[in-house]
Amino acid sequence: MKRILMSRETMLALAIILLTGGIALRFPGFIAPNNLALVFNDTSILIILALGQMAVILTRCIDLSMASNLALCGMVVAMINASFPDVPITALIGLAIVLGSFLGAMNGVLVWKLDIPPIVVTLGTLTIYRGLVFVISGGAWVNAHEMSAAFKALPRSVFAGLPVLSWVAIATIGLAFFAIRRLPLGRSLYAVGGNPHAAVYTGIDVGKTRFVAFSIAGGLSGLAGYLWVSRYAVSYVDIAGGFELSIIAACVIGGVSIAGGIGSVGGAVLGALFLGIINNALPVINVSPFWQMAISGTAIIVAVALNVRSERTKGRIILKRAETLV
Amino acid sequence: MSVMKKLLTSAVVAATMFGGAASAEEMRIALVVKALGIGFFEAAAKGAEEAAAELGGVEIIYTGPTDTTAEGQIEVINALIAQKVDAIAISANDQDALVPALKKAMDRGITVISWDSGVAPAGRQMHLNPSSNPLIGNMIIKLAADHLPDGGDVAVLSASATATNQNIWIDEMNMVTGNYPGINVVATVYGDDLADKSYREAQGLMASYPDLKAIIAPTTVGIVAAAQAVTDAGKIGEINVTGLALPSEMAGHIDSGASKSFAIWNPIDLGYAATMIAYNLATDKAVAEAGKSIPMGRMGDVMLDDERAGAMSDPFVYDASNVHDFKDIF
Repeated sequence: MKRILMSRETMLALAIILLTGGIALRFPGFIAPNNLALVFNDTSILIILALGQMAVILTRCIDLSMASNLALCGMVVAMINASFPDVPITALIGLAIVLGSFLGAMNGVLVWKLDIPPIVVTLGTLTIYRGLVFVISGGAWVNAHEMSAAFKALPRSVFAGLPVLSWVAIATIGLAFFAIRRLPLGRSLYAVGGNPHAAVYTGIDVGKTRFVAFSIAGGLSGLAGYLWVSRYAVSYVDIAGGFELSIIAACVIGGVSIAGGIGSVGGAVLGALFLGIINNALPVINVSPFWQMAISGTAIIVAVALNVRSERTKGRIILKRAETLV
Repeated sequence: MSVMKKLLTSAVVAATMFGGAASAEEMRIALVVKALGIGFFEAAAKGAEEAAAELGGVEIIYTGPTDTTAEGQIEVINALIAQKVDAIAISANDQDALVPALKKAMDRGITVISWDSGVAPAGRQMHLNPSSNPLIGNMIIKLAADHLPDGGDVAVLSASATATNQNIWIDEMNMVTGNYPGINVVATVYGDDLADKSYREAQGLMASYPDLKAIIAPTTVGIVAAAQAVTDAGKIGEINVTGLALPSEMAGHIDSGASKSFAIWNPIDLGYAATMIAYNLATDKAVAEAGKSIPMGRMGDVMLDDERAGAMSDPFVYDASNVHDFKDIF
């Protein structure tokens, strides 16, 4: 009982409740159910990406290229939609996921077969993918009037009280829970990051597991690419510029250890929500824009400082430990 | 520069020379643009032709390099000097690199002005800016006020808090807000020219100010994001999104009604005005000196400041009646 109370997820959930309460003191409308639904919807893309990033970070890697991957896939589907409005949206979403997975797999192959440090690989592909967006678009925007109505309508069409965008995030969370708990892959991710040498002795292919993690992160980036351009009804070279840092911040706040092997789906989701709430609250509580960035940064450091403390006492036991964390 | 580009540039230059030789007794004004094939400049060329038709006896040589380089423009300028045009009106790819070539042109008695993108004062007789900071500041609040006869709350969604252009425009706007009674600027927020942050700031404005009637975004990313946020909130008709944007980016939001109008310079007027100025200077009907004004035909007069630069006019207003004529241009 004490362990559940003291767990990172519970602490973070409490912090979020306190934060939301504090915001409500200054702006009561913030905690209205439909506003909270708006905040969740706004955070959906970050949640999807944070879950992909978590898979990568669990294996002791990092993917800096997710936002560029998102921009490239988003631009590709937006341009196809602008030129061929008759291509069904489901085909475009499928294409975005396949293309994103392929781009993620490129990272995976370089890390797996050439053994280049992931931070270097993805720093390179971050620039390459962003550059490719410029190459294919020639720097031109794809604008709202060039996109078909169906293309723009899907993420915002309401189903059972919530927009489809929110449902996609919920479905991704569900799939992530299932994969981490029930699939051998979930165990492998923790094993590879917790202790790569031990993982080899248990018969896990470390490189291949990392490859799969990068591919998953890529696929989710591709999906997020479609969601992003259709939600904001515009696609240009710089979309989601710098977003990779928000994704990593969401994971870190959610208690996913950069050293690999530690983290949970619930934590990553709460970490993303924490950032989402701050991002949505700052505009309404009338904070100077010069302070906004400092506040976001402080929240990240405080969260990480707390996590480091709790990690120190816990030690790092793989497999068995991971099971109870989920 | 690759062989291919050289060939292409030479071909362009050769074409302009043949074009020039055919009608030598006319006044020839060269409109040199950053690169050929850009919609904005094609539209400016249309305006230049309009001015030529109005003046009579003027031939427009519309030319430029095939890519936006200063070297390409220098080759074009040298070719124009060789064929002894009467005037060069240039939108520069580099404000300093072109100065020697343009000085050479002025030494040969060719009238040289810059427009849109300027050349350093040593390399031109005058520079025509599309608009000026006070005119832009006044225009953005006027756009909101025009659709609010009874007044109301308006808010500004800018780029970053440190963006020089936007801050100057907003300061200029605040100086003239008093001329629009009933218009109340309730907040200025910053979307950092990021679609997601601008969208969130627009949502925040709608939540914080339930009586908000207009959002003014003097930045292209911001205005598009705000229009989408207003659309998604179901507040089309209640909140008018306006500001500075390109017609191609805003056509959809004008159609949906999220934005009633917005402004940006009109490239046709700009090409027209540049041609008129070049003509008046080349025929000595006006002089390019600080404090003097030069007539621009239907665009009125331009007053030159200490750097011999002047502003053409208010930004041009685009709405449902004309946005579709311009959306394929720029």
